[in-house]
Amino acid sequence: MNAIFYILAALTITGGLAAILLKHLIHAALAVTIAFAGLALLFLQLDAQFAGFAQILVYIGAVAILVVFAILLTRGADLPREGVFSPTWLVGLVIAAGVFAVLGWAVLRSVNAIPQQAAAPAVSVLDIGNALVGRYVLPLEIVALLLTAATIGAVIVAMHEKAGSR
Amino acid sequence: MAEKLDQIFIILRDWLVSFLPAVLRPAAGVLLAVIAIVCVFPGLFALTTVFERKGLGRIQNRLGPNRVGPFGFFQPIADGIKSLTKEDIVPFSANALVHFLAPLILVVTVFMGFAVLPMGRNMVLVDMDAGLLFFFAMGAATELSVFMAGWSSRNKYSLLGAMRAVAQMISYEVVLLLSGVSVVMISGSLSLPKIVAAQNSYSGIFPHWYIFTPWGLGAFIMYAIAATAETNRSPFDLPEGESELVAGYHTEYSGFKFALFFLGEYLAMFSISGMGTTLFLGGWSAPFSFLSWVPSWIWFFGKVMTSIFVFIWMRGTLPRLRQDQLMNFAWKFVLPFTLLDLMVTALWRFMGDGWQRWVVCTLILIAAYVLMGRVGLRRKHIGPRSYRYAE
Amino acid sequence: MTGFASPLTGYLIVAALIFAIGLAGALVRRNAIMVLIGIELMLNAANLNFIAFWRFGPHPEALTGMMFAIFSIAVAAAEAAVGLGLVIAIHRHTNTTDLDKINRMKG
Repeated sequence: MNAIFYILAALTITGGLAAILLKHLIHAALAVTIAFAGLALLFLQLDAQFAGFAQILVYIGAVAILVVFAILLTRGADLPREGVFSPTWLVGLVIAAGVFAVLGWAVLRSVNAIPQQAAAPAVSVLDIGNALVGRYVLPLEIVALLLTAATIGAVIVAMHEKAGSR
Repeated sequence: MAEKLDQIFIILRDWLVSFLPAVLRPAAGVLLAVIAIVCVFPGLFALTTVFERKGLGRIQNRLGPNRVGPFGFFQPIADGIKSLTKEDIVPFSANALVHFLAPLILVVTVFMGFAVLPMGRNMVLVDMDAGLLFFFAMGAATELSVFMAGWSSRNKYSLLGAMRAVAQMISYEVVLLLSGVSVVMISGSLSLPKIVAAQNSYSGIFPHWYIFTPWGLGAFIMYAIAATAETNRSPFDLPEGESELVAGYHTEYSGFKFALFFLGEYLAMFSISGMGTTLFLGGWSAPFSFLSWVPSWIWFFGKVMTSIFVFIWMRGTLPRLRQDQLMNFAWKFVLPFTLLDLMVTALWRFMGDGWQRWVVCTLILIAAYVLMGRVGLRRKHIGPRSYRYAE
Repeated sequence: MTGFASPLTGYLIVAALIFAIGLAGALVRRNAIMVLIGIELMLNAANLNFIAFWRFGPHPEALTGMMFAIFSIAVAAAEAAVGLGLVIAIHRHTNTTDLDKINRMKG
């Protein structure tokens, strides 16, 4: 278990680092796709099969393609003259390092309360389906409304304006 | 005797694996099954290429290839040697890493899709609880590799072909998923062996395949249309139409990488046909109950090859759809019809057994088809032709 | 770092690291799309946290963590769509996606 976890964690972290450090936007988008794939494999290792496959289907199959299309539609493939990092990059890095330090300290300090081992939960897709229309039916309906609103909104925002209203 | 023939591959695998110590047996069993899949499906691919060329030739009133071997059946060997020995040209300004990875990712994700197909009684590689979702996740990952191929070639036509292909695949992916959901609603499980088991019963001599129900026929036709669009086959093959766009997203690929794209496309066809037979045509179950002595894997592969034959037939017969007609068709007819079919499936389930549900569901689907087909796809009235001359 | 106290610690540290990387990406890069990629990484890290706690927590059959992760995936996809639509609209208006240049309210 440990070796596979380290390999997958290394893959995901490398993908994430490459995504924020690469200059060429499409390479960065493909690197973040590697990070998504690594995370999906981590979900599968945690016996969350439905979440893992949904992650592949939604993130790699839709969000990554969306990002790539947006890069192509905004001519992001041409590199800017001033460089890709904003002038206040050091402050951003320090803040991110600080957040990681706080989170890591919190995790490592609470070592005593963390359970040692747990048997794999025997959840089937049937249980997930029952939960979705049973206990979690309100979030399900709200997410459906949200997705409808987001779809319509995204289409309206990104649509070409009619020539008369310019 | 029929039992043993049916399970012959399982018996063979168990016998081969029994030579190993007990701790290695599960892994060795899975490895043997993977090797079998990797050998069988590319072999079928080779056979299909020659069937396609001869089939298309006959439909177009000419002979297909007939020089290499008896009736041209050794043509795939000649094609294989040709593609392996051709020079591998990578354009100078192309993105070398992405250009290299694109066919690789395509073939890997398509092969992964075969892991959940039940090819016979007890003959599924991995019996996953969420098998259908896994299959569609692998299909979604294919789209990214198509885009990578088109973009990394630094070629306007490749990029155009890739954008068209991705837009088409995304639109029809939703239809594919929704028609699968109708089946899941009735069979109650996302696991493919359970879906086949739900169709494996007979009333008299007629099987309970889902295609023989009104909602199943509607869903199957929508699934077939979406499958043709997903694999970029004619009449939806504008992204790679040879007379249109040079060769679309695989223009700049030569030699073995082109062969990998070709392999990926045909394996995707097999994979989607396999899923279609599992969902609607009863998987490995026999068409009549008195034919169940024939081994189950023969039925599965027979049905898949019949679907491939229908693909080839459509390619030779139907003209190509233009890109905007294709997208129009997807969003304005196929998707609403599939949603309505989903509701008819729910109605079917809640009406309980009896002749009423057959009549009601059939009438609703026919009315919907007529209404949506006539109203939704009405063409704009085309006025007299206007000419613009160069000044 | 060879032995964590429990497997859960390993997953939480990885999630925290990915969150920090996403935050750094959102703060450091100029391009608006890179900021959105950073946000997606942060959401994914939170998902990993939820699934890890669901797996090693006391009541995995209540499915709370898995449900949260699934809804989070759906909401993140919707937010990515709207965000990228906004970026495209802004590009159409100002012909740039550089966040340092889009610093005026009036176009």
